[in-house]
Formats: sequence, C-alpha cells, structure tokens
Amino acid sequence: MSNNWEMVIGLEVHAQLKTSSKLFSSSPNKFGSEPNENVNFIDSGMPGMLPVMNFGCIEMAIKTGYALNFKINKHSVFERKNYFYPDLPQGYQISQFEFPILSEGYINIESGDNQKKIRIERAHLEQDAGKSIHDIDPKYSFIDLNRVGTPLLEIVSYPDLSSADEVINYMSSLRQLLMYIDVCDGNMQEGSLRADVNLSVRKKGQELGTRCEIKNLNSFKFIKQAIEYEFQRQINIIDDGGEIKQNTMLFDTSTGETRAMRSKEFSHDYRYFPDPDLLPVNLTQEQIDKIKPLVGELPQDKLNKYLDNYSLDKDIAKIIIAEKQNANLFEKMISESTVKPKFIAAWLVGDIFAFIKENNLEVNSLNDKTKDITDLLRLISDDVISNKAGKEILPKVLNGEGKPSELVKELGLEQVSDSEELEKIIDEALVGEEENILKFQGGSDRVLGYFVGKCLKATKGKGNPKLINKILLERLKK
Amino acid sequence: MKNSISQIKKSLIEKKISVGELYDEYSAKAKSGNNNSFNLVIDRENNISSINDSQNRYDNGNPLPLDGIPLGIKDLFCTKGIRTTASSKILSNFIPNYESFVTQQLLNDGSIFIGKNNCDEFAMGSSNETSYFGPVINPWKNKNSQKDNLVPGGSSGGSAAAVAEGSCVASMGTDTGGSIRQPASLCGIVGLKPTFGSCSRWGIVAFASSLDQAGPLTNCVEDAAYILNSINKHDFNDSTSSNHQREDYLIDINNSLEKKIKIGIPSDYLEDVSDDILNQIDNTKKALSKHGIEFVDVEFKTTEYALSTYYILAPAEASSNLARYDGVRYGVREDGESLDDIYLNSRTKGFGDEVTRRILIGAYVLSAGYYDAYYRQAQKVRRLIKNDFQRILNEVDFILTPTTPNEAFKIGDKLDPISMYKNDIYTVPTSLAGLPGISIPSGLSKNGLPLGVQFIGNYFEEKTLLQLAALAEKELSFNE
Repeated sequence: MSNNWEMVIGLEVHAQLKTSSKLFSSSPNKFGSEPNENVNFIDSGMPGMLPVMNFGCIEMAIKTGYALNFKINKHSVFERKNYFYPDLPQGYQISQFEFPILSEGYINIESGDNQKKIRIERAHLEQDAGKSIHDIDPKYSFIDLNRVGTPLLEIVSYPDLSSADEVINYMSSLRQLLMYIDVCDGNMQEGSLRADVNLSVRKKGQELGTRCEIKNLNSFKFIKQAIEYEFQRQINIIDDGGEIKQNTMLFDTSTGETRAMRSKEFSHDYRYFPDPDLLPVNLTQEQIDKIKPLVGELPQDKLNKYLDNYSLDKDIAKIIIAEKQNANLFEKMISESTVKPKFIAAWLVGDIFAFIKENNLEVNSLNDKTKDITDLLRLISDDVISNKAGKEILPKVLNGEGKPSELVKELGLEQVSDSEELEKIIDEALVGEEENILKFQGGSDRVLGYFVGKCLKATKGKGNPKLINKILLERLKK
Repeated sequence: MKNSISQIKKSLIEKKISVGELYDEYSAKAKSGNNNSFNLVIDRENNISSINDSQNRYDNGNPLPLDGIPLGIKDLFCTKGIRTTASSKILSNFIPNYESFVTQQLLNDGSIFIGKNNCDEFAMGSSNETSYFGPVINPWKNKNSQKDNLVPGGSSGGSAAAVAEGSCVASMGTDTGGSIRQPASLCGIVGLKPTFGSCSRWGIVAFASSLDQAGPLTNCVEDAAYILNSINKHDFNDSTSSNHQREDYLIDINNSLEKKIKIGIPSDYLEDVSDDILNQIDNTKKALSKHGIEFVDVEFKTTEYALSTYYILAPAEASSNLARYDGVRYGVREDGESLDDIYLNSRTKGFGDEVTRRILIGAYVLSAGYYDAYYRQAQKVRRLIKNDFQRILNEVDFILTPTTPNEAFKIGDKLDPISMYKNDIYTVPTSLAGLPGISIPSGLSKNGLPLGVQFIGNYFEEKTLLQLAALAEKELSFNE
C-alpha cells in the first residue's frame, strides 16, 4: 500500500538565459535556426580558441539571485567538467562547481491551502551542450552545435518537495519568476526550461531512502508522469524485498515509464578543475547593487497590490499575474483610463483572454489597442451600451475594425436611457398584467425579472436595464 | 655575426637588397636545410603579394616596423590557410581558417613567414624529439665529437635551430616551462618569455593555459625587442591577456639603465652544477660588475618543489586542453566499431608517447580521490613559489640563473622522462610564477657548445629586462 509511503524530491532546473549571444562566445543565442548556423570557432572547439565571458549572463544570474532570495556571491569560479561526447566539442563543459554565483535561496509555493517554503541550495552558470540526432539516418548520427555554449542557469533545490503537485507548483513558480525578471523565455517545449528530478521514497517519519535521478524532463505533464511512475517503481522494489540502487533514469515519453541508463552513460569522473582560460568572477557590491532596480515587481508584489489597491478577487488577480505580459497589459489599461480596475480585470480575464485564446494571439499583441479597449469599457460602465452590446463590439475593437464609439453608432447599439421613452414602454408593457402585478406585490420577486425581460424585448434590447428596473419598481409599488 | 633586424631594414631601405631577394635567400636555406627545423616551408606564390606589398612600402619610403623580415613560426600558432599541426599526427591534416592573434600582429607589421617550425608534439618535450615529423638537429656540433647529432632543446627546437642555422631572421616560439629559453640557450641565440598575460594566447594550440606564453627567438636582444613591440598587445579575446599600458621596448634598448641595479643569484640553483655552468654565471657577473651592477646571493625556499608542481599542473591542464582532439570535427580520424572506439583509436594512434603520458598523468591528478592530494596541493605550492619570487624581487631588481643545467645533448641520449624533465629546472619556476625571463648566450662549454644565462625580471618589466640583457649581450658576445 502506497499510503504509508512518502516521496522526497529535489529538483535541478536548467534555465536557458535570454542573452543575445552565448555564455563564452559571440554566436547568436537563438532557437530554431538551421543546424550549425549559430556556431563559431569557439563553439566548435577549434584549436587555440578561447572563451570570453558574456557579462550579460552574470547580470541575469544576479537578477535571479534577487528574485529567488539567494545570497549573491561576489566570488565565483568557472570550472571544466571533463567528458567525451560528440555534441561537446571542447571535451569539457564550462560550469561552476565549488564556487557557484548564487547560494542558499528559497521560494514560497502553494501546497494545498498553505504556503510552503522550498529551499534552494545553489544556482550556477554553465554552458549547454549541442544536440546529437540519431533518427535521421540509419547509419549516421548527426550533430547540431547551435545549442553549444548557450548560457544555462542550473537551479538546485533542497529535497523539500513531497508530491508531484508540489513539484509542478515549484516549477511553475520558478518559471513565472524567471519570466518576470526577463532572464528566461520559459518555453519548455523548446527546452528553455528543463528539470532533472531526484526522487527517493521512505515510510512516513523514517530516514531518507536512496535516490534516483530522472533526467531532462521538459513538460509539466512528463514531470508528473515520471514522478508518479518512479514513486511506484521504487515502492514496488522495496515491497518485493529489494533495494533501491542509486541510478540515473530516463523517462520514456511514449510509454510513460522510467528506465535506468546504462551505467556507461553516466559513470563519469568529471575531473573538475578551475578553467585556466578564464579568470574567477569577482564582483563588487556596487556591481551587484546596480542590478537590483532591474528586477522589477515580482508576482507576489503584484498580487498584493491587486488585492489591496484594486480590490480584485484573488482568483482573478492570480490569472492576471500568472504571466508578466498579462499584468503589463492590465496595468497599462489602468494607467490609461479611469474605468475601475476591478471592471477592467473582469473583462480582461473573461472576454479578452477568450478572444486571445480563440485567435491564437500573443497577449502582447493587444498592447497598442489598450486605449480602444478601455474606451469600450468606459461606454459599458457608464451604461451607454449594455453589457451584451459590449460583448458584441469587443471582437471588432480587438480586430481593429473601428473606434468603440463609432462602432456603437454604426451598429445602433446605444442604450435607450431616456426616462420618458422608457416610462411609455413600461406603461404599455404593464397593460393587462394585473394578475402578475398582484403577485409581485404579494412578494414574488420572480415576476420582476419577467417584466424586465418584457420591457427589454420591447426596446429590442437597447433599453438600459438598470433604468428599466428602477422605473418598473416605482410603477409596481404604486 | 648574423644580421640583425635593424641591419636588414637598413639594407632594404638603402636598396642594397630587395624584399624578394631577402625572402628567397632565407626561404632557400629553409628548404635545403638538413636540420628538420621546419614542418612546412611556405610556397613563394603564397607570399608573393606580401613580398610585393612590402617592397612597395620600402619604395614609397614608409616601411612598417618589421617590413619584409622573414620569420619562422612555431607550428603551434594557427596560421590561416597554412597547415598547423602542433607536430602531432592527430593534427597532421589541419588547416586553420583563422590567424592567431600574435602572428596577425606580425603580419600587420609587415613581416613575411618562411614556414612553420618543427617543435615537440603539442609543445611537450625539452629536446624536440617528440615531434611526429622527427627530431630537429641542433646546428651546433660538439667539437670533440663532430659526428653526433645534438638536440636543439625544446619544445621550440625548430624555431631555435632555424634562427641559429640562418633560415629565418627570427622566429616565434611558445614557452610553457622553458620551451623558448632552453632551446635558445642550447642553440646559442636569444629567447624571451614575456610575462604571462603579455601576448595573447588566442589561436595558439593550447598546452597548459595558465603557463603558455608566446615569445621570440632571435639573434640578438634588440631583435627580441622588435618582435615584442609587435606582439605584446592586449587582446579582448584572451581573458588572461593583461590590459596594462605597453611600452616601446626598442627605443631605449641600448641606453644604460637609469637606476643602480641589484641582481640576485640564487645560491640553491648552483649546487651540484658543472664548471661549464658555473663559468657562465661568473662571466656574466664579472662583465656586469664593470658597469656598477651589484650582485647579491639570494635563496629560494621552494625550488625543490617547482618541477613536481609543474608536472602536476601542466599535464592536468593539458589532459583537458587536448580533449578536443577526438577525430570527430577535424584532424585525423581512425575508424572504429562504436563511438568510443573512434575516440580510442583516433587518440591512441594520433598522439605520441609523451603526449599520452602527460594526458594520463593529468587525468590521474584531477580524478576523484586524488585531486586534493595532487592538483589542489600543487596549486597551493604554486602560490608559495610566486610568493617566493615576490619576496626576492622585493630585495633585488633582477635574478640571474643558468638557463639550463647542461649543454646540448645527443639525440636519443635522455631516454627516461625524469632526466628530460630536469632540463627545465631553471626555467620552470619562472613559468609557474608567471614572470618574464630572457636567455642570452653567455659563452661556450668545454665541448665548444653554446650555453646561456637567464635574467628574470618583475611582472611586465620587459623593458628594463631587455635593457639589462642588451648590456650583458655586448659584454658576453662570443664567436662561433
């Protein structure tokens, strides 16, 4: 029975940094180019080529340090991790080992209804490797070195996670933070963010078990599947009287199973030593302080602001802060108009996001339409047009088909808010309804809805419902 | 006495000789040479436009600092479009598509390359016997044993022999533990290893990154200053390149040193050395004393640890630097059943014994369980050696030592690695400290072979070091 068992998980997350060039060479750092297009003599490990550190990577690491509550180390050292592989042209990966740039950080994640602090042991900078492609040709393997030297920040947590859901929350919080501070594009499908999962099992309250490491997971779905499978696999072994051997595992995405790599694939002695081609990184307090203002508002800061200053519902606020571009769009609209933030937020997470999703758009693509959107929202909140009319006009506004006020006129959607006209319509509507009027006066509220509907129908939907309501009540109470 | 760069330039300016004639004279010697000092002599066609451009500049009266000067380049410097092998089988087919920083400076200053000098494989050796292209023969003969072929020293043995035999005016070498100074001494020429960080390592096939340094091998100290002026520049592409202000090393080369000089002679370096070697130090001391230079005894505390420290750190770095030679992207590939076999076969067949030995030593001292005992410990000792030099250089302006513990020996004579490594006993400590050192010829041995002395200066004090060496050179010049 697995209920007596618990899992203990630590995560190593590799985040590709969004610099324009690589960690130690001037080649472009971008995804999706032709194979071996972004490769220079340094990347391809030609004789006599030397690495030169891209300081932009250090700045991004410092930013991450602030966002994840790390101690930012003034002294860090790049070392060589030596092993042979065709997609590693130098025969070593330049990484930080004994002296990482960041140590002892944490983030808070949600666990059930509570917050849980997840401690992070360290984060260090290192080069990504290239890609070996084995499935193009039956006889040959192909090597694409575009990814060689891409800057990675490896973020290593303590084993503070105890369920797949916590791991997902941790990983998505990390992703959100890294995207907020603009150091990683968070695109897991393209490998910008990948995780190695270290998992062991134990009976509740007992000592830590032996861990296995599942390598290179690049989607939340796979992480969850791999954890669940591996958890059960380890329990089964122990239940059968076996013992867990420390091992490196691969997750097979087609079967949803984990399997141990051949020992040859990981039994390395990496022979780390400080890279003599590079000087140690020695930062001044001034250099570190200079980065702090660039960190900007973090999701938690925004959440507090939205709840306290804008009185948003927590669920809506969370949807908006989930991604920085949402928050940016929201805040831009607030700054440009006097419509209540709460009203804007409701429309944003409702119809506007729905429109974005339906049309497969980037949130950012609406940045130049915010004025039109808020103009439309102003018309709705001022009762110039009905909610329903607003929903009708919104897609046209978002498609850039015209200004909201013009569209309202064009489509004849302006509400009838003329009291006299409405009174006339209402009086007509009440003719022959004596029985229902008595019902209302007898306490049946439902009848009010019936009358409002009847009146709206009479105005062909253009009557201001609030005004109709008000006049109706006056008439009915007589 | 061979012609110096300034004499050659004078002849070119006065049109006593053309750039083409000068080039042909040296190139012919390089081609016909019997000493195997070149792995490759560049075809005239490949140099013709450089020769013409250079001649034009002389004709127009605006020659560059090294215009038309024929140079030899150690086959460790990557030269664009010209095969660069590091004297190794594994790179025996490698033609770089880029020019090393240092050789680019020399080309920018108008010099013309005669060819690529033979050297020890990946610069690992002290006798030029580890080269895949065979040993280099020292142009000098033992007067008591004329038939013997002697080593030129190493690893820049081809560069030293080429200058000594007159197949180039000057040559470029690299020095990791003595690889410029030791062969210069054994071939009777001048060899300068600048301060680590002076000359960019970009484009030089790496041996031990924290020690490798390019430098000239020349007929005279003034020529070394000519070359140093050209190659000693900050390079953004080498993170260990110093960005301090460079001086003009030529302008005051023949002027006397401004202040009163004190030179230290490490007494511990002179225990158990032959009379031949002692004589070099005594002669130098006598000659310079005449100029009011004061000599004092100094004592290092770390000398006995230098060689072992070096033979941990240099192989450690080499084992990693040479990992890229796997036969996959360039170089010679040997086939195999699996990827591991390709690696194994390419590297086993591609590297010679000495290189293999050092890769194994290096991998060993870095491996788990041994790192602390060897590599980390050696790094600490290196720090102590540096401090030791600093302590002594606080008391004296320069240090005078023999360059080598012996004269040139017979090819094949030193079979065991340890006795070979001991050849670098006077040059290795300076390399570990990163200090500049220059070897100048100081006299002949009883066998009529050249010997040299080494002057060591403080960091980036090449200017005064060269002035001192030029002064000593005047007093010590010997006839062949």
